Amino acid sequence: MKAWNWLRRHAIAILGGLVVVYMLVPIAVIFFFSFNDPTGRYNFNWVGFTTEHWGNAFGIPELNEALVTSLKLALLATLISTVIGTLMALALVRHEFRGRRLSNFLIVIPMATPEIVIGSALLSFFLLLGSPGLGFETLLIAHVMFCISFVVVVVRSRLIGFDRRLEEAARDLGANSFQTFRLVTLPLIMPGIFGGAMLAFALSIDDFVISNFNSGTTVTFPLYIFGAAQRGIPVEVNVIAMILFFVTATAMGVATWQQRRAEKMAGVRPDQEETAPVPGPAAPASA
Amino acid sequence: MTAVRRRLAPYFLLGPGTIWLVLFFVVPLYYLGKLSLESGVLGGFEFSWHWANYKDALSLYDTQFVRSFVYAGAATILALLLAYPLAYTIAFKAGRWRNLMLFAVIAPFFTTYLIRTLAWETILSDQSPVVSVLQFVGVVPADGHVLATAPAVIAGLTYNFLPFMVLPIYASLERLDVRLIEAAQDLYASSRQAFVRVTLPLSAPGIVAGTLLTFIPASGDYVNAQFLGSAGNQMIGNVIQSLYLKQTDYPSAAALSFVLMALILIIVLVYIKFSGTEALMGEEAR
Repeated sequence: MKAWNWLRRHAIAILGGLVVVYMLVPIAVIFFFSFNDPTGRYNFNWVGFTTEHWGNAFGIPELNEALVTSLKLALLATLISTVIGTLMALALVRHEFRGRRLSNFLIVIPMATPEIVIGSALLSFFLLLGSPGLGFETLLIAHVMFCISFVVVVVRSRLIGFDRRLEEAARDLGANSFQTFRLVTLPLIMPGIFGGAMLAFALSIDDFVISNFNSGTTVTFPLYIFGAAQRGIPVEVNVIAMILFFVTATAMGVATWQQRRAEKMAGVRPDQEETAPVPGPAAPASA
Repeated sequence: MTAVRRRLAPYFLLGPGTIWLVLFFVVPLYYLGKLSLESGVLGGFEFSWHWANYKDALSLYDTQFVRSFVYAGAATILALLLAYPLAYTIAFKAGRWRNLMLFAVIAPFFTTYLIRTLAWETILSDQSPVVSVLQFVGVVPADGHVLATAPAVIAGLTYNFLPFMVLPIYASLERLDVRLIEAAQDLYASSRQAFVRVTLPLSAPGIVAGTLLTFIPASGDYVNAQFLGSAGNQMIGNVIQSLYLKQTDYPSAAALSFVLMALILIIVLVYIKFSGTEALMGEEAR
């Protein structure tokens, strides 16, 4: 009876916990099978434990090449889409102007379009245009295109909570508009920009559907996996997937920690008063 | 002078992005539409208002169209049923586990989409312990398979798009003013009533956004059907992909893409009319 009551009271939390497990199971499978020692070409059944493939992580030239292409593509796409997207977010949050609704619509619609439609539309476009031929350039164009909207959404959510009096204070203290932007605005919205950039990078490096339409003979990491899936995927793919997992997870953790520390130090988010008060003599005794 | 500069400033800021999106999203959609009305064979396509492409494509592939929406709909409902308790737990019950649980939700994004789907292929294969358990419990017949069936494809879709459902719902629950729930309880609402009449309506924007963000990519997906389904589980994405990249029947493929886009656009517009763009853009109404 007691156990039943306990179960009833915690039913939602238990269900939530089970869903978390469900989310993590495939990742665990990828991890365990990176230590598998398959006899044939297919890494589907557990055969035996070996660390051989971790030692040989970068031993497959085509895989390395695909990985380097993916990293280059993701870095460039992130850089371009973050700059463009941040400018758009600034315009949308800070200015009233004609065409605002249309701009919002133009930004939302790509996110609401299935990837296969974006991919096939771009392919039609590039085919009818004739040049540039499909390859790294067309991939870059496509990746920047689908990253922009996501960057705008992340950066603008950060800008909406922005206390503009901080900029006015800078102006009052004699800063010109460029100095104000560089020394006040930019550092304060940096976490948002960084978040947008992380999302763009993750979307780009993981993209398969749109890339599959516009890659020509260029091979990215996901495209390599897709090609290899027909003839058996080498265990090294699991190893590299796990390496990427650990690197991105660590970067994410550090970024979150940095952001929280910065926020604590600056105390710039008055909407979160319930978090720890700002330390030091500058903190008001009561707000 | 400064007034003019201020008036023009937003257009300069918007310029590069707008140009990029118009040139590489709107214009390609126009070309997609144009291509869908062309006739002829590869190398000699000609624009001829060939509406028959639409008629032929739709009558040939209506099964796959319907199947895509059924699978995507099922996956969306399942994702909602899984995501709501999780988002609720993270927002109200997790305490110091909150960040760890949030991390678990986005962790799949750190591994490649294709590899995650292939991991499901391993999990659902005939030799896997999961399938043995399902057979033992009697959900699956003793000699039955899970892989290469419709439930496998739906399970894959549900898994792959679940984070897109969890995050918006979590965001709307986290913003929710807990005092409103307390007020309901003070006014003698049972916890069930408080949930149905306060919490649930206030988290509606998150549910709307999550539903769209799950349904749209799921209906156009072909990776799950390719790896977890059989020839009998092909979705419209598989057809478009194969017509484009294998059979080079561009006009038919373009027609199918265009119909998919149009159907989704209708769904989105209905949703936006009903809830505003704010939900999708993650911003509060202003």
